[in-house]
Amino acid sequence: MTVPSRPGRSRLDPEPISRRDWLGLSSLWAMGGALLFGFIGMIRLPKAAVLSSPSRKFRVDLPDTLATGQPYVPPGRAVAVYRDAAGVHAISLICTHLGCIVRPTAAGFECPCHGSHFAADGSVTRGPAPAALPWFKVSVSDSFVTVDEGTTVPTGTMEG
Amino acid sequence: MATASDPYGHRRPASPGAGTDTAVPGSSGGPPPPEQADALLQFLHNLKAAPRRMFRSAFRSGAPTTDRTRSTFVFGNVFLHLHSVRTHRWSLRWSTTLGLGIMTASAFLITLVTGVMLMFYYKPYPEAAYQSIKDIHFVVPTGRFMRNIHRWAGNVMVVAVILHMARAFYTAAYRPPREYNWLVGLALLVVTLGLSFTGYLLPWDQLAYWAITIGANIAQSPREVTDALGITAWFDPGGFQRLLLLGSDEVGPEALIRFYLLHVMILPLVMAALMAVHFWRIRKDGGLARPKDADQRLPRSEREQTYPVFTEAPAKTYQLAAIVRGRTPAVGDGPENTVPSMPHLFYAELGVMMLTLLVCVALALVSDAPLKEIANPGVPENPAKAPWYFLGLQEIVSFSAFMGGIAIPAIVILGLALIPYLDRETDGTGEWFGGPGGRPLAAMSAAVGLGAAVLIEAFAIRFGWLREWFPAIPQLVVTLVNPGTLITAVYAGYSIWCIRRYQSGRAGALALFTCFLMGFVVLTIIGTHFRGPNWDFYWSPAHWPGH
Repeated sequence: MTVPSRPGRSRLDPEPISRRDWLGLSSLWAMGGALLFGFIGMIRLPKAAVLSSPSRKFRVDLPDTLATGQPYVPPGRAVAVYRDAAGVHAISLICTHLGCIVRPTAAGFECPCHGSHFAADGSVTRGPAPAALPWFKVSVSDSFVTVDEGTTVPTGTMEG
Repeated sequence: MATASDPYGHRRPASPGAGTDTAVPGSSGGPPPPEQADALLQFLHNLKAAPRRMFRSAFRSGAPTTDRTRSTFVFGNVFLHLHSVRTHRWSLRWSTTLGLGIMTASAFLITLVTGVMLMFYYKPYPEAAYQSIKDIHFVVPTGRFMRNIHRWAGNVMVVAVILHMARAFYTAAYRPPREYNWLVGLALLVVTLGLSFTGYLLPWDQLAYWAITIGANIAQSPREVTDALGITAWFDPGGFQRLLLLGSDEVGPEALIRFYLLHVMILPLVMAALMAVHFWRIRKDGGLARPKDADQRLPRSEREQTYPVFTEAPAKTYQLAAIVRGRTPAVGDGPENTVPSMPHLFYAELGVMMLTLLVCVALALVSDAPLKEIANPGVPENPAKAPWYFLGLQEIVSFSAFMGGIAIPAIVILGLALIPYLDRETDGTGEWFGGPGGRPLAAMSAAVGLGAAVLIEAFAIRFGWLREWFPAIPQLVVTLVNPGTLITAVYAGYSIWCIRRYQSGRAGALALFTCFLMGFVVLTIIGTHFRGPNWDFYWSPAHWPGH
């Protein structure tokens, strides 16, 4: 007795998927894949690769009359520079909550937007700010001070 | 018979001109060609008839004076055919919709037209933007008026879209088969708020600049969590979002052009596409939601006004309905108690549209759109307040940027999106405050929502919050436990209690939605009226310290 190893297909017993359908489906998937691939390449466009921001490192000429504990805010920069016996340090004035500019006060700093308060060393004392105001790297030369907003240093680091 | 029973006094046309041939659509019209007419005469005749034929080729069905031509008037027009040909009387009652959806759409159209007018002069570059708005305000003919209308129509749109959502919710209109349209509506709400926010930034004045700054930092606020976990260096979705939004690491020309692009191109396109789906779905879902016994509940006088539907032999049969799935408008449901959409529905819609226009124009005449000083990156506004509809958000952002600006809004939107899939009941569809609990539950929920928001806010304002009591507390605790999250948790807990108490998902949804509305109102009022410089609490803006 011989058993046919592969029963012939008929109209009533078709292949699981016909060749024509398979070709159609695979071309649809290929189209979808190509479009997706192109789309992924395209959405790289809005993510800027080169940022047009100004240099984050700048020179500050501290006034000779600057008293201990008194902030000096260079024009156009959101940084407060202090000079005292231990040296020079610079604290960011950008609120860590939502980016408003904080105001130096007698006790430290206050944010006008959502009421965060910071101590003189930048640590949060009140309000929604999630982190302390960062300290920036400062280098001191004979006549001027350079502040680098791109590099933070641990709170309490004095220079010069 | 059509003439006799027509309640609008339209007679079958006897007037000369365009209406003459309405009964025979597509016929050529004009006098019969004379047998010996030469080509020149025929040409002159065609020339004379050209305007009339041109008109008729555009409006082929003729004047909508019979039931059949009223139908073809609707489904033969690409814009009107988003409506169904006939409208149920229930849908036309004031109390069904209050006209809020059409009011929203009308406000959008008004912003579209006035916005295009403003684009004639607006220049999306920092200094130039401010100057061009000043020009529009002081120099351009009707410029100030157009800008005022644009601004007020935007406000009307926000109010109308929120009220429209409340209407759809309280009449349980989100239930099957309308669940998907609820989702589309929710997306439209988000796009509306996005349009308002991006538009607010374009004048490049102080408010605009600090609103962009705050908005971009809210986009960055996932860092509040990634920083606390110490993983920002490897996984920084917040920084990525901010960079994508600003196109730079600070707010400048790149940011302005991006917001401009969103405001005048991307969001309006998304809006228009979603609106088309939203309107089309209303028809596909069988018109507006109405109670099962709407036919019996219509006042007798209204029912008797409805004259027989088939005054002529139908031009289309209902055979098609046989192959359509259930719950579609025509299945198992005669067209009784319906009236032709033209003119009944369209005149109502035009009425609402004119009312919206009137409101916007009137407001534009009495109140100018604000313009503060030119943006100054060194000095924030104090207080820096967003437009009123974002002040509720700003209030909870003032407790935690990530929770208030991203997590709670996401939870609210997810909760609203899930409502039609969790409430699978059928009791009370199409009725105001329908379903278990009904009006008393809505009133109680309003009291709970109001009370919880006011009490928690009052406590936080009077006694401060965790950071003031324990200065060394980890940030994650403040992020997780703050007045904003507490209000959200109370609302969620109360809604779950309502599901148990009434043994109904609809009751839970009713509780949650009412609480959400109340929370929105309370937080918005606190943010608008009671917050002053440094976001401190003041009983009235009159008590603000002078600068």
